[in-house]
Amino acid sequence: MRKTYAILPALMLLALPLVGNPASWATLTVAGLAMGMMTFIMASGLTLIFGLMGVLTFAHGAFVTFGAFVAASLLTPDLAMLPLALLAAMAAAAVLGALFERVIVKPVYGQHTKQILITMGAMVVAEQLIIVVWGADQRMVELPPLLKGSFLVGDATFERFRLLVVAIGLALYAALHLALNRTRLGLLVRAGVEHPEMVEALGYRIKLVFIAIFALGSALAALGGGLWALYRGQLTASLGAERMIDIFIVVIVGGLGSLGGCFIAALLAALLFNYTSYFAPSLASLSEVILLIVVLLWRPRGLMG
Amino acid sequence: MLELKGAHTHIGPYHILQGVDLTAEEGRITMLLGRNGAGKTTTLRTIMGLWRPSAGSVRFAGREIGGLATAEIARAGIAYVPEEMAVFSQLTVEENLRLAARSGPIDRQRLDWVFHLFPALETFWKKPSGLLSGGQKQMLAIARAAIEPKRLVIVDEPTKGLAPSMILHVIEAFRQLKQAGATVLMVEQNFHCAKSLGDQVAVMDQGRVAHRGSMADFAADQALQSRLLGLSLDSHQ
Repeated sequence: MRKTYAILPALMLLALPLVGNPASWATLTVAGLAMGMMTFIMASGLTLIFGLMGVLTFAHGAFVTFGAFVAASLLTPDLAMLPLALLAAMAAAAVLGALFERVIVKPVYGQHTKQILITMGAMVVAEQLIIVVWGADQRMVELPPLLKGSFLVGDATFERFRLLVVAIGLALYAALHLALNRTRLGLLVRAGVEHPEMVEALGYRIKLVFIAIFALGSALAALGGGLWALYRGQLTASLGAERMIDIFIVVIVGGLGSLGGCFIAALLAALLFNYTSYFAPSLASLSEVILLIVVLLWRPRGLMG
Repeated sequence: MLELKGAHTHIGPYHILQGVDLTAEEGRITMLLGRNGAGKTTTLRTIMGLWRPSAGSVRFAGREIGGLATAEIARAGIAYVPEEMAVFSQLTVEENLRLAARSGPIDRQRLDWVFHLFPALETFWKKPSGLLSGGQKQMLAIARAAIEPKRLVIVDEPTKGLAPSMILHVIEAFRQLKQAGATVLMVEQNFHCAKSLGDQVAVMDQGRVAHRGSMADFAADQALQSRLLGLSLDSHQ
C-alpha cells in the first residue's frame, strides 16, 4: 500500500526533466496538487458512501453545486467569512444528505440499477431546484482580497488560494484517515460495511452510522464545491454535473471505497493533467482517460481497491 | 431468563416458526436441537430481532423483547454468535474485540481469560481477522460474545466445520462461561458436544418445539433421540 503512495513523488520527479525549468515545474506541481485536492474533497464523499454503504449515487454532484451556491451566497470580502461560509455550506448539505438518505436512498439499498436511476433523477430535479432558487445565469464568485494574487519563491509563482486548498486537502485527508482507523466510529463504519447485522447484534444502531456517513459525504461534496467555485471564480447550476466525470474517474482509479486510493488518484489525475498541458497541450484532456485505462489494465480493482 | 411463548415467524411467504414454546433458564446451558430446516436458526434470529416475530411473545428478564430493534435487544444483555461467525475481516482481532466491548475499554482480566482459552487470539492480536483460519475465526466470534459479561449468550452451531481439537476448546470455553454465571442457548448439530455441555434440551421439529427436558434424560433415551433427530443424529455421533 505504501508503494502506491510512492507513485506521486515518482510522477513529480519524472516530470521535472520533462518540464525542464524547475520554477515552472514547481508552479505546475502546486497548481496540480491544488486541483487534485479539490477533486479529492469532492470525491472522498462519494467513495465513502459507495465503499461503506454500497450505494452508487449520481446525485453527489447536486451536493457539490448546492455547497458552491450556499458558500457563494454567504461570502463577503471579509476573509473571516470564508470559513463560516464553507462550514455553513457543509452543514446545510449534511442535513440535506441525511434527508436524501432516508427518503431517496433507503428504499433502494442493495438495488444498484434502481440506485442509479433514482439518483440520476434526483440530480436532474436538484439542478432545476437550484436554478429556481439561485437562477440560471452564471454567477461570479470573488475570493476575499487577502487570498487573491500570488507570491514568488525564486522564479516560481505560487497562488495563495491554491496553497490554502492544498493545506485544507491534506488536513482533511489526515482527519478522515485518523477517524476511519483510530476511532470507534471508524471501526463501526468499517465493520458495518461487511456485516451490518452483526454490528446491530453488538448493540450499535448501524442505521444511524449510515445516515452519518451520507451526511458527511454530502458535506464534503459541498466543501469541494465551494472551493471549486472560488478557484474558478464563477459558478452555474451545472457545476456539480460537470465535475462528476472527474469524480467518478478518481473514485474508480483509486479503487471503489478506498479513501487512500481516492486521494492518490485525485492528485495523480490533476498532476498528470497539468504536466501534459505544459508539454503536450493537445493531449491534456485525454490524460485522465489514459490514466483510467492504464490503471485498470494494471490493477482492475483500482490502485488500492 | 428467556421465554418464548407461541412465537411465530414468517420469512417472505414462508411460515417458519409455527408457535415455538421455549425457555432458557438462568445459569444453565440449553441446547436447541433438531433436523435441518426445523427452525433452530430462525428461532435464534427471532430472539435477536433479526427476524420479527409475527405472533407470540419473546420475553427476556421479565421484559417483552419481541419486535424490538436488534441493537436494543443486544443492549438488554444478549450476545449472539451467528452460524457464519461474521467476524469483521478488515478489522484486526483487537479491533473486533474493542468493538464488542461496547461499554468502554476491554477489561484486562477478561482479556487474559480469553487469551488463556484461545491463545491464537493473542498471537494474531494485531492481524486482520480475515487472515485467521476457520477455527480461529470461531474463537474470535465466541470471544466477542464473551469479552463483556452478558446475561444470555445465544450461539448457532459453534463447532460446525471445526477440527476435533478445536471442538474441545469450544466446549471448554462454554463450560467456563457457564461457570462464570452466563446463561447459554445453543444450537448444535454435534450431539457429543450437545451432550457434554447441555443441562437442558429442546428439540425442534417443523417450526415447533417437539420435546423439552433435561439433557441427561434425553441422552439416555435413544428411542426418543432416534424419533426426533433421526438421521441428523446418526450422522454426527
